[in-house]
Amino acid sequence: MTEVVLPRSLAALFPGMPHRLTLDGGPATVGEVIAVLDARWPGVRDRLCEAGPTLRPFINVYVDGEPARFATAVPGGSTVHVLPAVAGG
Amino acid sequence: MAQRLLVLVGTRKGAFVLEPSADRSSFAVKGPYCSGWPVQHLTLDPRDGALLAAAGSPWYGQAVWRSEDLGATWTHSSEGLTYGEDGPAMRAVWHVTPANGALYAGVEPAGLFRSDDGGRTWQHVKGLTDHPSRPTWAPGNGGLILHTILPHPEDPQRMWIAISAVGCFATEDGGATWEARNKGVRTDFLPGPAPETGQCVHKMALATGDPERLYQQNHCGTYRSDDAGRTWICLDEGLPSTFGFPLVTSPVDGDTFFTVPLNGDDRGRFMPDGRMAVWRTTDRGATWHDLRNGLPQRDAYLGVLRDAMARDTLDPFGLYVGTSAGQLFASADEGGSWRLAVDFLPPISSVEAVLVDA
Repeated sequence: MTEVVLPRSLAALFPGMPHRLTLDGGPATVGEVIAVLDARWPGVRDRLCEAGPTLRPFINVYVDGEPARFATAVPGGSTVHVLPAVAGG
Repeated sequence: MAQRLLVLVGTRKGAFVLEPSADRSSFAVKGPYCSGWPVQHLTLDPRDGALLAAAGSPWYGQAVWRSEDLGATWTHSSEGLTYGEDGPAMRAVWHVTPANGALYAGVEPAGLFRSDDGGRTWQHVKGLTDHPSRPTWAPGNGGLILHTILPHPEDPQRMWIAISAVGCFATEDGGATWEARNKGVRTDFLPGPAPETGQCVHKMALATGDPERLYQQNHCGTYRSDDAGRTWICLDEGLPSTFGFPLVTSPVDGDTFFTVPLNGDDRGRFMPDGRMAVWRTTDRGATWHDLRNGLPQRDAYLGVLRDAMARDTLDPFGLYVGTSAGQLFASADEGGSWRLAVDFLPPISSVEAVLVDA
């Protein structure tokens, strides 16, 4: 199982998306976590990723507290935090 | 069927829908919509009454937002708004224009996209990106943005677009191929004679009733073209500066249009002498008259962005000017007198006035 914590501002864009959820099946990478979310709420991938694919510049992901990228491994039982970076004005 | 007027406002912190009173003297404000995303342009698709917001979030990227109930609920989509896995990352959608039974979107970095399903999915109009000048396109201060889309009112094969720091382009084959049309437009920020492209067009509009005549507000002057953009004539004489952003045409008279000159590109970009004015010509730019009645005439160091002026189609027609400090000024008599309609909005990016069924 993988625990995923999402920005409230992202959850607000997709009806029914919770701020915190548990994914079964153990997605193996950050990219796979996003793919699972996108299958459940189509369009999530476009909000978090850009061409490459790579994470958008102001989207930060942490796996068990460590900075992660799109291809970073997600071991079973991990907690994945998706956080908006300091940006905007 | 009776119709009611709405003023659509895009801001740096979301979209707003304003409903004027019958005499256009007071405005009810609804919003902010689109989760507070920067909205560069808010418009309405006259085919189905849907609101469409061209937006780009610093975190969540580019999207066109859509509301089928005048703002009560929204969806958003980026599907197809991409240059592909190997292309440049897209940052924002800057403009949406309904035309020819479809929607067209201008984006940053500059490109044109088309949707045939109301904005749910998009296809790249590759002919523009394939223009031979594309490798030379470079962003100005505002970014490399396609901000103006002008469909020909009768011929679906013809369209003009404008890109900041690149210029005007036209297609006459439905978007398959494009021609740069910037002859006569200065590039004061470059040495030597003006190149074929690289002109910093800020806004373009078609003259009402004459689809061969275009008006343009540029970084370096105000212009008219009488030959569909192939050549341009400078109209600066009589204006207080050569610099401004928006340009709006009269809905009834092809010789009349409006601009908002600012004090200069390198001098702060605010109202000359801190006195706000909209400037009007009624003779295609030969002479100019300043419209100030009701606009602040002291300490008004305001800017007005490229899409932040609009007119309605009532008789007499109304004019609306949104400032980068969040005020909306409105005139119900074609610019003769003005009043502060709404204060304290976020910085205003766009204004449109539309009629919807009551």
